[in-house]
Amino acid sequence: MILTNHLAKAFGINHAVEDVNLSIAPGEIFGLVGSDGAGKTTTLRLLVGALKADAGEVSICGYDVRRQGEQARAQIGYLSQRFSLYEDLTVLENIRFFAELRGLSRSQWQPRCMEILDFVGLAGFKDRRAGQLSGGMKQKLGLASALVSQPRVLLLDEPTTGVDPVTRQDFWQLIIRLVSASPVQDPHGDRQVSVLLTTPYMDEASRCHRVGFMRGGKIIAEGTPAELRLSLEDRILEVRHAAINLLRRNVEAIPGVEEVRAFGDRLHLRVSPGQSGTVMAALERPFPGKDGETPRTRLIPPTLEDVFIYLSA
Amino acid sequence: MPEPVVITENLTRRFGDFLAVDHLSFQVQAGEIVGYLGPNGCGKTTTIRMLLGLLQPSEGSAKVLGFDAFRQSEEVRARAGYMSQKFALYDDLTVLENLQFYAGIYNLHDPRRIAQTFHLVGLAGHEGELVQALSAGWRQRLALAIALVHQPRLLFLDEPTSGVDPTARRAFWDLIYELAGSGVTVFVTTHYMDEAEYCERIGIMRSGRLLAMDTPAALKASVIPGEVWEVVAQPLETALVSLGRLPGVLRVGLAGDHLRVIAQPGMSVEILQQAAHVEGQPPAQVTSGEPTLEDVFLSLARD
Repeated sequence: MILTNHLAKAFGINHAVEDVNLSIAPGEIFGLVGSDGAGKTTTLRLLVGALKADAGEVSICGYDVRRQGEQARAQIGYLSQRFSLYEDLTVLENIRFFAELRGLSRSQWQPRCMEILDFVGLAGFKDRRAGQLSGGMKQKLGLASALVSQPRVLLLDEPTTGVDPVTRQDFWQLIIRLVSASPVQDPHGDRQVSVLLTTPYMDEASRCHRVGFMRGGKIIAEGTPAELRLSLEDRILEVRHAAINLLRRNVEAIPGVEEVRAFGDRLHLRVSPGQSGTVMAALERPFPGKDGETPRTRLIPPTLEDVFIYLSA
Repeated sequence: MPEPVVITENLTRRFGDFLAVDHLSFQVQAGEIVGYLGPNGCGKTTTIRMLLGLLQPSEGSAKVLGFDAFRQSEEVRARAGYMSQKFALYDDLTVLENLQFYAGIYNLHDPRRIAQTFHLVGLAGHEGELVQALSAGWRQRLALAIALVHQPRLLFLDEPTSGVDPTARRAFWDLIYELAGSGVTVFVTTHYMDEAEYCERIGIMRSGRLLAMDTPAALKASVIPGEVWEVVAQPLETALVSLGRLPGVLRVGLAGDHLRVIAQPGMSVEILQQAAHVEGQPPAQVTSGEPTLEDVFLSLARD
């Protein structure tokens, strides 16, 4: 559904996107992860055809974005980071506006509108002005506007930044239902949707089917969250102790410890492959500190954050 | 125990009919790193603005570093640093020029102080670089340098690592731990769970109210009403519905390619596996999961 081939874009000497190869299947939620400036938004803008690539190709549902731009764009729903809603217009009027912008006639958008508002949970608010909606409801209206043209490819740029975890949970349920044959989008099961979203946050990335880590314009790793985590299986230890700062200095000297990460009330250690037993044994020995208390150590499942730090070292 | 660095009692702020901050009472001890976790608009920034004496409360009081935050706000501001989420750095000035500019506001002109601050945040050697050429992580450090140049004893950080990658976030937090180790008290607000995990104690805020405040470990242990399980099953939505109906299951949510289940203690892998199984599909995989601060937030907000 989304295919890019050696995609590249530079702004002056800054290689914003370099050799990006994506292949996203129908029904897949793909997360593009990285810091501000890693190239995530530029990649999205290349996909929608808002920017022209220096090299490489983009194809959306089989349409080449450069040569068949209009057909390609007709397949895309795009929710940008700062999407604009008309605050003076009602929920319904906003959707209508975006529908007509996409060239839909009244007979096309009218039957769909309520269906979509129902889907995103805004049906009861259709006559409310957009300016009077909460942050989470605005986000849902943004999503509804992006869905009105029945896109097969949904591009979401940091869709849940600043949103309440409760709303975020709702938003994700919507996205997951959308890709798993939703009745609104896919009455006959022949129009499966693909979602590509960007996020700087790993807890968000772990909800995607597949994740690509971006850094310096390149995708440095790609896989399912489980596959990515597997690379550090049995290598992350959690250590708790009352004197955490003292412990930290002691721990850094233990052979086999590759990295120490402090959290408020605990340490996370990354150990060399096969060394977790040795390191745990070393931590059982008393060290000079708070009343001879032995640190409490356990093996924990690696997080995507552990993986990212490991990959970018 | 020495006097807490921040003491609020029933601190409240209304904007018209809107209750932005609703009777907050809490204390922060010297050298502590305390986080305030909550969505945008929940009252976090309004709280900081009151603690800095920039905004009068509608009700209640706040004592910061031993001073009344409202009657002695100048005293507070002279001793507190503030790094806001979207700090205004001058893009066409160098790193050094930016810090010199802000130091001037505090009437600080000593080049040694400036050099010390750069050293502290790890920017030494980058003084001549133009700000517009800096990465998100380096900009964050410069903003921190600006908040630290007058050697505050209390530091307010408003979403300090939003938009930086985990590597830069880690480096930033190493700095914050060093500062706290030297006695600086740190007060962080954020709406991201990833960031909140770094704090020693976390207050959970929603709609102006402080729902709970404790260490991440204690919150996870006390607030989440059961044990966390991760279930991989096909199709997800069918499994979601059947698990939701299973006695002993307190909450089920979609989490990308799997389901996240919170169940009463005593739930077994086999029972969950059976409930999640759909005819003609491969057997469901069930593993024990780690509780997160998001689970804590959802439990407080919903249950």
